[in-house]
Amino acid sequence: MPRARPKVARSSLAKAPTGIQGLDEVTGGGLPKGRVTLLCGSAGCGKSLLAMEFLVHGAVRYGEPGVCMDFEETEVKLSANVASLGFDLRELAKSKKLLVDYVAVERHEIAETGEYSLEGLFIRLSHAVKAIKAKRVVLDSIEALFSGLKDSTTLRAELRRLFQWLEEHKLTAVVTGEAGEHTLTRHGLEEYIADCVIALDHRVTEQISTRRLRIVKYRGTSHGTDEYPFLIDREGISVVPLSSLALTHKALTDRVSTGIPALDEMMEGKGFFRGSSVLVSGTAGTGKSSLAANFANAACARGEDCLYFAFEESPSQILRNMRSVGLSLERFVRKRLLHFHAMRPTSTGLEGHLAAIHKMIAKLRPRVVVIDPITNLVLASGTYDVKSMLMRLVDFLKVQQITSMFTNLTFAGDPHEGTAAGVSSLMDAWIVLRDSKPNGRPRRELYVLKSRGMAHSREPRELIVSHRGIELGIVLTDHTLGTTVAGPSAVRSAK
Amino acid sequence: MKRRPAKTPRRDFYRLRLYIAGQTPNSIAAIDNLKKICEDKLRGKYRIEVVDLLEKPQLAKGDQIIAIPTLVRRLPPPVKKIIGNLSKTESVIVGLDLQPVTLE
Repeated sequence: MPRARPKVARSSLAKAPTGIQGLDEVTGGGLPKGRVTLLCGSAGCGKSLLAMEFLVHGAVRYGEPGVCMDFEETEVKLSANVASLGFDLRELAKSKKLLVDYVAVERHEIAETGEYSLEGLFIRLSHAVKAIKAKRVVLDSIEALFSGLKDSTTLRAELRRLFQWLEEHKLTAVVTGEAGEHTLTRHGLEEYIADCVIALDHRVTEQISTRRLRIVKYRGTSHGTDEYPFLIDREGISVVPLSSLALTHKALTDRVSTGIPALDEMMEGKGFFRGSSVLVSGTAGTGKSSLAANFANAACARGEDCLYFAFEESPSQILRNMRSVGLSLERFVRKRLLHFHAMRPTSTGLEGHLAAIHKMIAKLRPRVVVIDPITNLVLASGTYDVKSMLMRLVDFLKVQQITSMFTNLTFAGDPHEGTAAGVSSLMDAWIVLRDSKPNGRPRRELYVLKSRGMAHSREPRELIVSHRGIELGIVLTDHTLGTTVAGPSAVRSAK
Repeated sequence: MKRRPAKTPRRDFYRLRLYIAGQTPNSIAAIDNLKKICEDKLRGKYRIEVVDLLEKPQLAKGDQIIAIPTLVRRLPPPVKKIIGNLSKTESVIVGLDLQPVTLE
């Protein structure tokens, strides 16, 4: 319906796309065209790379040649750096698409003998811009001037003039600045930049590095103030445009099977809502993965694509284990309906995993996603801000109308609230699995702790996992719960 | 002076290059100040070359020019660079490492 659209503020501001995956989404189309953007962050946060990508993509994809005035790296070094990402600066320079000018600033070696201006810099920049008819400019990092020139009054006045000059010449510029202790940049460059300020951050918590990007300001554009995780890999930077801006996803009313008829039965006989998020929690060995596999199996049987993120076991291990409980998932793998993606949880931080998950989902467009187990993802995060990250993932899946199942390992004696950083509140349905030992006889139990928007059974049932698959036993009433002998045999006969 | 080719410069011969950008007050002041100092300290032992970057912008990169005016001492080695309109004579003398004539 077209009525849903006016909510999005349409800005008249022209944008220059960065070509960086995700960044153009969170900025509503790119950086402000013909304006100066400040990109700040500490050393090694990826600002030079982001700036270079902006320039290279501009030159290659958008027909906007670019000039880089580099105050830190020589042309040769810079070429080598970006070559690792598959960009050939020399080739781009030859075809007049990109020009790098290394500006050496001698540190405090220049005697100052009276008034001066930075006209030399202006002349070099303007010469380079004219030579290739540049539309984009990167100044990385202009703050180097502060270490070379003592007269900061002149320098500040000249920087202001430089930014004005860039705008007068309708150049889309990115200026980088080193993070200061109490300010965004060490020398307060943010004072001069009115239109767009982006901060990058690189933290290492418990040996796991996380990178984040935040749009501090963007005049004339509504933007999220969230921190967006981003990834630097062989393809360069990709920002995860997970946003917690709005709860506007459409709630679907059609249902999908849980893959277990008896469990469907407990949920009005129909199973989960499509596009909902389901949490399956339980202690070790209670059958969480089996439940998830049944769910995936049912999706594939309906002919839907399922993406299964395995953080604990390899795909072949999962396939083997599931054969033992009567599921043959191989055929769906062969049919390319079931896609496994196995990752070591500690291979990267939560952000890295989210970025990978996001990338895969964008590529495969599955209807069903399984994350098994989410606990390990949380471990990878150093527990920092996990909830907000997962919330964005859940929102993202909902907006895509993907039905998702998350398994969650809990520990004995703490079957409920041991859930990963309170993720349960984000979930539409929550299925709890647990062990119990009534009369010394171990058994597994399942119950639906919550299921939003539907009448569902609250009674615990015995969970029977065998080579025939997953079955649910009789309702364990208060009477039977933990008192009567209700072993598998008794249940089966009761069925 | 023309007889003396650049390839065999005397050790105390100064080759100076002054970068300016158009006829701005600072540029004009720098030229005047420089001439005065040279005549005072280096009479007969110097050559000044003035480069206007508005005419030859491509030359800015070679000597890594950022500020205007910039004076580069190309000879004798090592290359030295000072910036500003050269109004602070003492700074110029120190910056160019000029030997007081009287001591020679």
